[in-house]
Amino acid sequence: MLSEKVVCNSHGQDSSYFLGWEEYEKNPYDEVKNPKGIIQMGLAENQLSFDLLESWLEKNPQPMAFRNHNNQSIFKDLALFQDYHGLPAFKNALVKFMSEVRGGSVNFDPNNLVLTAGATSANETLMFCLANPGDAFLLPTPYYPGFDRDLKWRTGAEIVPIQCSSLNGFRITKSALEEAFKQAEKQNLKVKGVLVTNPSNPLGTSLSLHELDLLVNFISSRNIHLVSDEIYSGTVFSSPSFISIMEVLKNKNLMNTEIAKRVHVVYSLSKDLGLPGFRIGVIYSNDERVVSAATKMSSFGLVSSQTQHLLSEILSDQNFTKTYLSENRRRLKERHEMLVGGLKKSGIGCVPSNSGLFCWVDMRHLLSSNTFEGEMELWKKIVYQVGLNISPGSSCHCSEPGWFRVCFANMSEETLDLAMQRVKSFVDLMPKQNIQSYHQKLMNRNSRRTKSLPKWVFELSFHQREIVANER
Amino acid sequence: MAFLAENQTLLSKIATSEQHGENSPYFDGWKAYDQDPFHLTENPNGVIQMGLAENQLSLDLIENWVAKNPKSSICTKDGVSQFKDIANFQDYHGLYEFRKAIANFMGKVRGNKVAFDPDRIVMGGGATGASESLMFCLADPGDGFLVPTPYYPAFDRDLRWRTGVQLAPIICKSSNDFKITQKALESTYENAIASNIRVKGLIIANPSNPLGTTMDKETLQTLMRFINEKNIHLVCDEIYAATIFNTPEFVSISEVLQEMEQDPTNRVNRELVHIIYSLSKDMGLPGFRVGILYSYNDHVVSCARKMSSFGLISSQTQLFLASILSDEEFIDGFLSESSKRLAKRHLTFTQGLEKEGITCLASNAGLFVWMDLRTLLKKPTFDEEMELWRLIITDVKLNVSPGSSFHCDEPGWFRVCFANMDDQTVEIALKRIHVFVNKGRKHDRTTMNNKKRKSFQKNLRLSFSSRLYDEAAMMSPRTIMSPHSPFALSPLVQART
Repeated sequence: MLSEKVVCNSHGQDSSYFLGWEEYEKNPYDEVKNPKGIIQMGLAENQLSFDLLESWLEKNPQPMAFRNHNNQSIFKDLALFQDYHGLPAFKNALVKFMSEVRGGSVNFDPNNLVLTAGATSANETLMFCLANPGDAFLLPTPYYPGFDRDLKWRTGAEIVPIQCSSLNGFRITKSALEEAFKQAEKQNLKVKGVLVTNPSNPLGTSLSLHELDLLVNFISSRNIHLVSDEIYSGTVFSSPSFISIMEVLKNKNLMNTEIAKRVHVVYSLSKDLGLPGFRIGVIYSNDERVVSAATKMSSFGLVSSQTQHLLSEILSDQNFTKTYLSENRRRLKERHEMLVGGLKKSGIGCVPSNSGLFCWVDMRHLLSSNTFEGEMELWKKIVYQVGLNISPGSSCHCSEPGWFRVCFANMSEETLDLAMQRVKSFVDLMPKQNIQSYHQKLMNRNSRRTKSLPKWVFELSFHQREIVANER
Repeated sequence: MAFLAENQTLLSKIATSEQHGENSPYFDGWKAYDQDPFHLTENPNGVIQMGLAENQLSLDLIENWVAKNPKSSICTKDGVSQFKDIANFQDYHGLYEFRKAIANFMGKVRGNKVAFDPDRIVMGGGATGASESLMFCLADPGDGFLVPTPYYPAFDRDLRWRTGVQLAPIICKSSNDFKITQKALESTYENAIASNIRVKGLIIANPSNPLGTTMDKETLQTLMRFINEKNIHLVCDEIYAATIFNTPEFVSISEVLQEMEQDPTNRVNRELVHIIYSLSKDMGLPGFRVGILYSYNDHVVSCARKMSSFGLISSQTQLFLASILSDEEFIDGFLSESSKRLAKRHLTFTQGLEKEGITCLASNAGLFVWMDLRTLLKKPTFDEEMELWRLIITDVKLNVSPGSSFHCDEPGWFRVCFANMDDQTVEIALKRIHVFVNKGRKHDRTTMNNKKRKSFQKNLRLSFSSRLYDEAAMMSPRTIMSPHSPFALSPLVQART
């Protein structure tokens, strides 16, 4: 009666990632009205810098009122504007902004830019352009749960994980890439490309130069695509600074080559500017056929002209964007430190991170058993007893149980503080024999580590960071 | 060679196919327009765009409302405090105020004979996005949908391109004003089944694009009985619902469903009925991408809602529309005035055409007329239609849409839009048609070779210079124009910061 898509579960919304949201909806925390409610820490939103935007709007009321900066009404033109090439003023401002976010290290051509209704639509559209039903894309784990829906659901594409390990900070390795490719072949899946999120969701780390090099070499030798979802590029708040894949291509003199044509960037203003409601997504490609096909497909999800106009005015104000980017980063850094510090007091560590709106938190020592059942058990306790909605690693396809993504930028300082207190109380009350000492665990892991993997695997990540820091 | 072949498979089949349909002549007219767009003062001899079904007649009313209601755009001091919540709002259920306002508006447009449930309102990226999502929900790749001809050209893209769905045309004829007959319905269905196509449903546009006519209740009831009998879906694209400017009144499928359900002997299953809607035509706001999917089927609502993630309406736009649509007084006034202006424009245009001996299908809705130029064809073939069409573009300098691009079964019909220009431009267009038709009459009246067609052809021979062929051959776009872009001279497109 209905299509397969209705009856199947590939939209992924039965996953625990969304169940936590449902629980939160039933009992949401409110400082005044529901102080015992569940605190939402599963939402990667940037609510820290709205005041900057609000004050800009107060000083510049024209764009919201459908007026240009000469205060003339352009309502009619906007109302009628549905050209899928997008508003030129907006695209021009957008490419300048994207360049600014990358410290001016790369320039983008507005003609290679396609506007879509959010990064959700951008990612799906790219899949429609690059993969046939049954083709596969390789994704490093852990990855954003929404990819299961965005990349696979209506496109029929498959995801094959590139298994990353906590032993080296979840960095992408050559062997992991090759292993993933082999796995795909075993399943008779044709690999069309690799998709990475840089900075990473859920890790909060930006890809190292070494990893980026690996990726370029890998896609080059296998003649496949590389999609770099750089939606968090403006949230990099500490070193190492962000390196875009486009910068790597430029530095390797690969621009204008066939390889560059297979590299595509996805972007959005949902995280950097905190505007998820406005549905502003971007596909950037050096391949004009991809740009052409994606542009036509964007008909299914264009950006409202009203919104294009508003953002073109905001982003054209380079004084504002400069101030915003630096202040936003500063606040994110502060908030990040608060979370990391607060968790540390409870004996809980995170993967060291420099970006994103969340931390990848290590709660393995709190598991009753080193299994995903154990993880679910712990997660339920955290949701119902501690009153925090955080995202279990399994929903991000992490290969190891015990990791959780915890967001820090979608709430007030007071709420974050309260959340940390609740965690402390929870941990303090846990029966001591259930918690191996944090250091004991670390030592156990270290000894296992030296037996199973060569040292250079994890030395490399620190070494590369040094190099990058020096380059800037 | 091998490298090329390798490159061909680098992109998906969907990306490299022509199924987006943008190489159809429907879009060629835009290209001609793009190269030489009419402007009253700056380019008075340019091509007048009459291939764009836009409603520009009543935007001033909305613009005035905006000026009087600054809070709707969150730009007053009070309004700015709402900014944070709106900017953050990405819930795919959509703003409740927005859904409620849309539901009320839809009811109003249907004379409040039916009420719509805000919880069944699902957002889409324009009707384009909503239609595609609905196909994804109702059909698997290879499944078929029946669609009466002539139909909106972009259905070929919207319903088929990425979904893999097939369309089986129900041929409608001018002899009965292109109405759907039971016979045509049945035979199309049987043929599809015989071709091993699993038919999942029927899609209609009511009011019709390109006909500009509304379906009568009997036809709608026939369709309801048919789909229930075959247990297939009925998708009604009612995007032109509020462009009715004359009797007969609009009858929505929702009204027919409601009535038929009251009689249990009718055995109708409401879960088979779905409506596509948008504010692009009724309110003239295509830029805001307001697509609506309304389904009486809970599973479809649920699934389509998840899919709406791929084309949510900007929350900024949702808020604005919730605000304006809730202003009942304004909306009542708008709907009535818009209807009046459309009626007047339609009358002016059809009367102007009649003076030249050109008739159109009698219509009571839409932003266009279905013009009958069969008598101007040398032979009733689609090649002749194309020749005539190229002549109209190059000599008369009007971008009209040839019936073949709408999959019309009979050559000689053209869709001509009348609501996307001001009064002066309409006059100029009519003058040009006058000149063209009279030029033709002055020429040699040799009889046609094919005696069979004498009965419906005047003895006219069109004048066309040999340069016609050169121009047609050279007609290549300087830039690929979006089929939806209103005019190259839009200050928004010209603006460079």
